Amino acid sequence: MTVRFKGVGLGLLAWLTGIVFFLPIAWMALTSFHSESDAATNPPSFTAALTLDGYREFFGVGGGASPWPALINSTMASVASTLLVLLLSFPAAYALSIRRVRKWTDVLFFFLSTKMLPAVAGLLPVYLFAKNAGLLDNIWLLVILYTSMNLPIAVWMMQSFLAEVPVAVIEAARVDGARLPTILARVVAPISLPGIAATALICFIFSWNELLFARVLTGVVAETAPVFLTGFITSQGLFLAKVCAASLVVSLPVLAAGFAAQDKLVQGLSLGAVK
Amino acid sequence: MTATASPRVAAATARPAPRPPSDRLRAWATRAPLLPALVFMIVVTQLPFVATVVISFFDWNALYPKDRHFTGVDNYRQVLTDPDLRHSVWTTVLLTVTVVLVSLVLGLVVALLLNRRFRGRGVVRTLMIAPFLIVPVAAALLWKHVLYNPEYGLLNGLLHYVGGPQPDWISDNPLLAVEAALVWQWTPFMMLILLAGLQSRDQQQLEAARVDGASDWQIFRYLTFPHLRRYLELGGLLGSIYIVQNFDAVFTITSGGLGTANLPYTVYQSFYQAHENGLASAAGVVVVIGSIIIATFALRVVSSLFREEVSPA
Repeated sequence: MTVRFKGVGLGLLAWLTGIVFFLPIAWMALTSFHSESDAATNPPSFTAALTLDGYREFFGVGGGASPWPALINSTMASVASTLLVLLLSFPAAYALSIRRVRKWTDVLFFFLSTKMLPAVAGLLPVYLFAKNAGLLDNIWLLVILYTSMNLPIAVWMMQSFLAEVPVAVIEAARVDGARLPTILARVVAPISLPGIAATALICFIFSWNELLFARVLTGVVAETAPVFLTGFITSQGLFLAKVCAASLVVSLPVLAAGFAAQDKLVQGLSLGAVK
Repeated sequence: MTATASPRVAAATARPAPRPPSDRLRAWATRAPLLPALVFMIVVTQLPFVATVVISFFDWNALYPKDRHFTGVDNYRQVLTDPDLRHSVWTTVLLTVTVVLVSLVLGLVVALLLNRRFRGRGVVRTLMIAPFLIVPVAAALLWKHVLYNPEYGLLNGLLHYVGGPQPDWISDNPLLAVEAALVWQWTPFMMLILLAGLQSRDQQQLEAARVDGASDWQIFRYLTFPHLRRYLELGGLLGSIYIVQNFDAVFTITSGGLGTANLPYTVYQSFYQAHENGLASAAGVVVVIGSIIIATFALRVVSSLFREEVSPA
């Protein structure tokens, strides 16, 4: 009886913890649907009327900068860099897991070590290079940088997924005369598709979130969504509903990608160390 | 880090003795799929860092480009003696250690709670992960404006109900305000890693211990905790690597003011606003040295987990 009672208590405690951690997000969502005057009351107005004004404001319906260029830039930078990452990491993972090069573990750890080099340390030379090459405020520069940021994660994740592909299947294809590109595209890729998808989602999240490089290297043209959000750092009178709407809209792709990749999220975040 | 890793890669491609051409051709065919990724990484990540090291030995203000000259280790002397910069080193350490430790402990508690069977476990897990899936800038804005605001923030709103005080959270404890927001985002990360650790425990061993009459505490102390140790290390070290580099929260919540400027923010500020290229580079190199110390341990932990997985195969 006491064991059962304790079990229920711990279950309730787990629920309570989950709710406490989720509360700020729930409150953000609720506030985004309030009018500005209802959003800024103390004590908070939980039951105020709902409205889409915050979203209208954010999307620039009432004048003000439209977030669409920034959202489109973010989409371009994240999708393009994710595709480039897959294109580079998939063959590399093949050479590190199926037909292994000599010293393949050293190569893997070289990739990992680049991830541990703080991005901020390379920021200045990248900025000077971009300035001289006329690449400042160019979304393709971010695509290249985000690719280098995510490539180590992708190589590690992919090699652990590809290692699970049965060798016999690949040998059979080889005996039938298939060449490497065909084997990769027709045999390995379909088998490891769930892993590739999870890798892509995690790379997408990291690119979408990035602020420092985007802030330094872009201006009015190539500004990304996180940079657009920095416009809300200083208070602008009553703007709480607008901030909440903005934060939620910009986070939606990440929430969607994260929940879709939930099962493989740990593996990606721990660079493949934890399954 | 880069200096030690690169020769190892070079050694991997170097050949001990000349071989017949067909063998060499085959070796290159094996290497070919790897090369694009490897070359890309070396060019995009290693070259800029080498440039940073070179620039760090120059007195170079971007506003006076003609005055650029070699100064040896002067920039480093300045980074390590300037009170503001020294303070930012200390802030970085404090911020990283606090956030990592607190989110590790909280993450462990939540992971233990979620490792048990109860009604709605999947839902609670999803609720817990959500904070990690808010864009960092958005999360920082949420804490700054929606929770901390002294006039209409949720925290003071809730305090209002119980007749509590109405503190100005960010001005009163600026560093703590940044830390709390980061702990909220990083606890789910730790929880996920530790939960994976808990679920990889040897079930038969646990069962045997239970049959032998071990208490819950004994099982945790002598079986679970030793097993979790490496997952705790992994979470702590990966967390440190990300949080040492944190820029978004400091930039958004306090804009580096009120003594919360950490090294990444200082590097950003000294070249973006003060245009001190040499100084910024030296500060960047200091961040790297700090990261290398953490990374050396991190690589060891990852490689021990990795080898354990590879060896039975």
